[in-house]
Amino acid sequence: MTTTRTVKDKTAIVGVAVSEFSRDSGRTEYSLAAQVVRDAVVDSGLSFDEIDGIVKDISDGIDPMYLQKAVGIEHAQFASDSHWGTSAIVSGITAVAAGICKNVVYYRSVNGASKRRAGNDFRAAKEMQDESLDLLRYDFYSPFGLLTPSGMAALCARRYLHRYGVDMSDLAWIPAVASEYAAANPRSAFFEKPMSFEECADSPAEVDPLRAVDCAPDVDGAVALVITSAERAKDLPHPPAIVMAAAQATSTEGELFSSFNRPDITGLPEMKLMGDELFRVAGVQRSDVKAAQFDDRFSFLVAMQLEELGYCERGDGGAFCAKGERIRRDGDLPLNTNGGFLGEGFLYGANVIEAVRQIRGTSSSQVENADLVLVASGAGGPADGLLLRR
Amino acid sequence: MTSSYDPTRDVPRPARWEVLYRSSGPFWDGVASGKLLLQRCASCARWLTPPRPMCPGCQSREHEWVQSTGRGTVHSFATYRHAPHPAFPAPHSVVLVELEEGPRLVSSLVGIAPENIAVGQAVEVVFTHAADDFTLFQFKPAA
Repeated sequence: MTTTRTVKDKTAIVGVAVSEFSRDSGRTEYSLAAQVVRDAVVDSGLSFDEIDGIVKDISDGIDPMYLQKAVGIEHAQFASDSHWGTSAIVSGITAVAAGICKNVVYYRSVNGASKRRAGNDFRAAKEMQDESLDLLRYDFYSPFGLLTPSGMAALCARRYLHRYGVDMSDLAWIPAVASEYAAANPRSAFFEKPMSFEECADSPAEVDPLRAVDCAPDVDGAVALVITSAERAKDLPHPPAIVMAAAQATSTEGELFSSFNRPDITGLPEMKLMGDELFRVAGVQRSDVKAAQFDDRFSFLVAMQLEELGYCERGDGGAFCAKGERIRRDGDLPLNTNGGFLGEGFLYGANVIEAVRQIRGTSSSQVENADLVLVASGAGGPADGLLLRR
Repeated sequence: MTSSYDPTRDVPRPARWEVLYRSSGPFWDGVASGKLLLQRCASCARWLTPPRPMCPGCQSREHEWVQSTGRGTVHSFATYRHAPHPAFPAPHSVVLVELEEGPRLVSSLVGIAPENIAVGQAVEVVFTHAADDFTLFQFKPAA
């Protein structure tokens, strides 16, 4: 795995934008995507004719060609539909570092709450025809009513609790602290005030053992960011978030939230591979990280990421978060300082943007001297991540 | 599949079109005849669950379908507190069973209330009729 060495310190994230996050945008995903891409390019200080790469996540319905013709990007030399997490951002970073293109815009636009989706009918037909491997999973799960990622995640969570002798109340500080950060974040559509540990621990189950507070809410919203070379970033208006390292990883017998035939379903082996590569490439220590953004689509995944990314022993992720002391803004690992997906809603890319805010010094829960920020995405599937520095 | 089947209301059925049938068709044909068949590599005897066109251990494309004893243990379970689909009224539990041969299968349990399910519990397969023309495999507590 020597390829990721070539990305070290070569690129930077220089522009970011988010739409309003809501339960019903009242707009199309196309419209939201065009808005955030336009805003991110303006934020970067680059001109639109300098954008020559476009990347997005495959789950987003808006094809880059349509985006181009709305925003006015004439020609692109790199386009990528990546899979899961924020691996499209890693693709964009790699393309710039390799010299395939100069300036990449990434976007994700999802009406996840209102289901005002791009091409719903087309999507259903396409899934039936093309995504046969996913259908193979549903061939074996849907006849038994296992129909949602939350149900699949709950099976892994139950085994985790059993193996390590913990219960969900041991993990309730994770949603509680997320709600504190979200309440301080004016973009959050879900929390005007924080929930206490007791309120989280006592809240009703959704898919037992997961409570509703353990599942990131669906949200309507869009995010975009701009990647350029570290050299070009020097002339641009905002302090750049330099990409020290970017990595992706997959592992054996993997499925999205349903890797049930792995020897051990209580961990995230991709996350360990990805994290080890990030720190190896960057040449920094875990303890050097000033803030982190982990994938909290489901709360217990935060515990697993703390374990797999080397912050504690297996099974101790809940204890790491106990009383919230270590993961609040003044702790040794401020975690998901925008409230994460639990607080803002499930929207990959928003986690990377919060990391850029920390580097810039503009977070709603700004960490002092946040000169190195870790991002991890894709928990429960192919993993990807970044180490960003000032 | 009869014309009265409504996937928005009835128990969802495995897809039977050709792209999938080549992989999982023999499994469901086995269930229809009251057998739990597991795919195994004919070359190195590795279990292949879920079914696949090649063995990741030896890259052989030859496989056989071997009947499971149907005995196993509850590896994990989850209980929906809101119905995930009209065919599965809440509370609805799904279970991950580790068969004594090794492979794990998602299924559901009969003959036990959700609050009495436990990780590690011994179970055995039963075949139930989800519709006149559709058989499911489920598990019950072992005798």
